[in-house]
Amino acid sequence: MVESGWVRSVLRIAAGLVIGFLYLPLVILAIYAFNESRLMTWPPPGLTLHWFGEAAANPAIRDAFLNSMLAATTATAIALVLGTLAALAVQRYAFFGRDTISFMLVLPIALPGVITGIALQTTFKTLGVNLGLITIIVGHATFCVVVAYNNVVARLRRLSRTPEEASADLGADTWMTFRRITLPGLRTAMLSGALLAFALSFDEIIVTLFTAGAGTQTIPIWIFTAIQRPTELPVVNVVALVLMAVSVIPVYLAQRIGGETAGIVR
Amino acid sequence: MTANDAGSATPPMAAGRGRRVARWLHARPRAQLRLLLLSPLAWIAIVYLGSLVVLLLNAFWAKDAFTGKVDPFHWTLKAFEEIIGNPVYRTIALRTVGIAVLVTLTDALLAFPIAYYMARVASPRKRGALIVAVLLPLWAAYLVKTYAWRTILQGNGFLAWVLSPLGIAGPGLDKLPNAWLVLSYLWLPYMIVPIYAGLERIPNSLLEASSDLGARAGTTFRRVILPLVVPSLVAGSIFTFSLSLGDYIVPDLVANAKFIGNVIYDNSALGNFPVAAAYSMLPIVVMVAYLLVARRLGAFESL
Repeated sequence: MVESGWVRSVLRIAAGLVIGFLYLPLVILAIYAFNESRLMTWPPPGLTLHWFGEAAANPAIRDAFLNSMLAATTATAIALVLGTLAALAVQRYAFFGRDTISFMLVLPIALPGVITGIALQTTFKTLGVNLGLITIIVGHATFCVVVAYNNVVARLRRLSRTPEEASADLGADTWMTFRRITLPGLRTAMLSGALLAFALSFDEIIVTLFTAGAGTQTIPIWIFTAIQRPTELPVVNVVALVLMAVSVIPVYLAQRIGGETAGIVR
Repeated sequence: MTANDAGSATPPMAAGRGRRVARWLHARPRAQLRLLLLSPLAWIAIVYLGSLVVLLLNAFWAKDAFTGKVDPFHWTLKAFEEIIGNPVYRTIALRTVGIAVLVTLTDALLAFPIAYYMARVASPRKRGALIVAVLLPLWAAYLVKTYAWRTILQGNGFLAWVLSPLGIAGPGLDKLPNAWLVLSYLWLPYMIVPIYAGLERIPNSLLEASSDLGARAGTTFRRVILPLVVPSLVAGSIFTFSLSLGDYIVPDLVANAKFIGNVIYDNSALGNFPVAAAYSMLPIVVMVAYLLVARRLGAFESL
């Protein structure tokens, strides 16, 4: 079936409108970051770089940024190791309960984030664990595992096993085959999984609000609390723009490197 | 590259032991499997499933009347009685599920044309660009997008400016339809991607066969294309529905309304874990039921 010219132009216009809808809020927010006025009235009366300096000089923002970086890096590292190990097990061995394991790994993102959040918080409180950066990392690592897992599984599915067998035939032991053959084949998939996990962790708030406790702020939590204070909004705009960049750039890079992330399961 | 080669520089002792372990493992695939699975399984089972169990238990635990703290292993149904006895909790549950359904329908309607364009009309180059254009907002900065909508919807924001020539005032930040609009916006890419993938999988020969047999374009669409993308549609709806069902930031920031997530969050902030836990059972049960129906409709193969 060939769509008629009329149908094609309607579809083209509809697609353009949806893309416009997806990007309009991001563009407006980016413009607000340069707003000369303290007020959020549209359109901004003029443009300035003033608020970037003010954001950079704000110690609360700097602390929150460091916390976010630390949490995202550590959670990504944990998720990458766990996800890769699980992917190797599920993709390279046949065993009873294989489907259950892949289902269990997806569960933390299939159920609403508020459930993950309240479940972790209740558990930490019940066990008497103090909330802070460590509990944030535990939560982030839990829902990031599936991202690394998905990327590595997709790559393993495509990788041929012949080089591994050849390596074993040539006398390489299990470690050497893994180090010299399997790992290099997985490298870009792991990198793109890590970038996506980092982006996911860096801007997470639904679970983080439950696991952060009163004393610890990440960038999203700082924005969430500062939104309530009108005098802080010019700086919030700048931080929001930076947060957007920090989460978009890794995703873009992951797309370029991995190309395995066509799947939706985040 | 260099990191991988560095392994050969390990001291002979360690290498010797490594070799022996490797040789032992080589003949034992079961042991390899156990080693691989040990840490990821332990993490998910203990951290995630373990906390779900603790959450479930908390729903049946009493609160100490004096200290206000949860009294573990002191069983009671008080939390459930409180939820069932208070009509506000019912209203909030219905409001949340209603908005989640509306968001899902809206996203299906908005996603279909662009997904169809990407899969069957756009040139390969344009298609690649569109996929990236849809995936970037999917992954990026949930809170920033919500905040951006707050600036658009507020009394003197962008929308008020667009509407002012028509003599219509801006919506302000206390209207329930705002939550519908912003949630539809946030989860739209989650619907576009699976529908696109589903449409792309339909072989051209099927559509040619349909038209050879005399079906006009409209008939082919209704009788061939639509039934084949239903699983993908359901797959996308799992995300739009589940994510809307659990959201508590959007209703708070753009609609000044309470959703299921707000009840859970507010109660946990007050230390009232049994009520928060008992109310969490609602989205869990709804989602499990939804997932079971979705599986019957073949959505899991389209995820």
